Amino acid sequence: MEGFNEFAFVLGGVNHWITIFLIMAGFYIIVSRSNMIKKLVGLSIFQTSVYLLYVSPGKIIGGTAPIIVEGNPEQLYSNPLPHVLILTAIVVGVATLALGLALVVRINEAYGSIEEDEIYGEDWD
Amino acid sequence: MEFLINLVLLLFLAAVTFAVIGVRNLFAVVILGGAYSFLMATLLIAMDAVDVGMTEAAVGAGVSTVLLLSALHLTNTEEAAARHSNVLPLALSLLTGAALIYGTWGLPDYGMADTAVNTYVGQQYLERSIPETTVPNVVTSVLASYRGYDTLGETTVIFTAGIGVLMLLRGRRPRKDKETSTGGDAT
Amino acid sequence: MRSHLILRVVSKLLIPFLLLFALYVQFHGDFGPGGGFQAGVIVAAAFVLYALIFGLKTIQKVIPPALLEVLVPMGVLIYAGVGVATWILGGNFLDYNMLDSHDPSHGQHLGILLVEAGVLVTVASTMLLIFYTFAGRGR
Repeated sequence: MEGFNEFAFVLGGVNHWITIFLIMAGFYIIVSRSNMIKKLVGLSIFQTSVYLLYVSPGKIIGGTAPIIVEGNPEQLYSNPLPHVLILTAIVVGVATLALGLALVVRINEAYGSIEEDEIYGEDWD
Repeated sequence: MEFLINLVLLLFLAAVTFAVIGVRNLFAVVILGGAYSFLMATLLIAMDAVDVGMTEAAVGAGVSTVLLLSALHLTNTEEAAARHSNVLPLALSLLTGAALIYGTWGLPDYGMADTAVNTYVGQQYLERSIPETTVPNVVTSVLASYRGYDTLGETTVIFTAGIGVLMLLRGRRPRKDKETSTGGDAT
Repeated sequence: MRSHLILRVVSKLLIPFLLLFALYVQFHGDFGPGGGFQAGVIVAAAFVLYALIFGLKTIQKVIPPALLEVLVPMGVLIYAGVGVATWILGGNFLDYNMLDSHDPSHGQHLGILLVEAGVLVTVASTMLLIFYTFAGRGR
C-alpha cells in the first residue's frame, strides 16, 4: 500500500483532467464545425463527458458495485446516486440525438445540404 | 492495478476524441463514435457503475451508431472543408478548459470515501435499501422506488422524443430532391 | 441482402439469445445489474439487427408500426397507472407499500416490477419506431 499514496497524488486528478479535455473537445467540435452531423457527434462527446464528471466522484477505492451482498457488513460500496442520474441521462440522450438527426434529415431535404455555411448562404441570396 | 486500467482507458478515450476531431469522412466519425462509447462503457464498469456501463454499451455503441448511420444514408457522408479559421473556437474552448481546471483545485482526490458526495444521501440509500425495500441492487431501488417520479418523467421524455421524430419524418418526402435516391436496402 | 449467408445464419442464431438476455436483464434487475432501460434497448437492438439483415419489409410483418404506435404510450400509461393504483389503495402517488396489504416489501417488489415493465415497453418500442422512421425515409 506504500505505492498507493503516490499513485493517488499523481492520478487523483486524471479523471477530472480527461473529463475537462472531453468537454473542451465536444465544445470545440460544436462551435468550429459547420457540418451538422459532426456537430451532433460533438454534442454526444460533450454529453458523455458529463457521465464521467458525475460517476468518477462516486467511485470509492476498494469499494464495489452498489449491489448489496448479505452477510458482509464491512464491504464498501460506491455511491449509487450518480449511477441512477446518469442511467436515465443516457437513454434521454439517445432520444434527443434521434430528434436532432430527424431535424438534420429534414433540413437536408429542404436545402440539399447539411453544411451550416451553405444553408446560411442560400437563405441570404 | 485499478488506477492503471483507469488511466489506460482514459488515454484511449482522449486518443479517439482527437481522431473524431481530425477525420473528415463522416462514416469514419460514426464508427469512431462507436469505439468511443465502448471505451466509455468499459471505463464506467471499472468505476463500479455496472448498470450505467451496460446501458452505455447498448445505447451508445448500438442504437446511436445505427441511428447515425441511417441519417448518413439519407444525407451526405463527406464533410466539406472549413471555410473560416478555427482560432476563435479554439481560444473559446481553451478558455472554458482553463476555467474548469481552476475549478478542480477545490475538488477532493479520486476514490476517497469521506467526501461530501459520498457521505450523506448516497450512504443513506445504501443503508436503507435492504430494510425498506429488500431490493439488493441499490441502483434499481433508487431508480424505480425512491426516485420513481424522476423515472416517470424520463419515460415521458422518451415518449415525447419518439412523437417528435414521428412528426418530423412521417409523411411524404418532397419530390424535388436533387440527389439520386438509392432505395432498396433497409439502412 | 439476399446473398449474405453467414450474416443471415449467425443473426438467426443470435437473436433468440439476445431476446432471452434482455428478459434476464429485465427480471433480474432487482438482484443484479439491469432494469427496464437496459432491457428495452437490448430488445430494440435485437429487432434492429433482424431488420438490418432481412430488410425493413420483413421486420414490419413481425411488428407492424401501428402496433408500436400503441405500445409507445402504453408504457407511460402502465407506469402512471401504477401510481394511480396506489392512490386508489389509499397511499401516495407511486407509494408501492400499498400494493400488498400483508407485507410492504412484497409491494415494493411488485411495484418495481410493474414500473420497469412500463419502462421496457416505452423504451423498446420508441427506439424501434425511431429506427423504422429513419430507415423508411430512404425509399
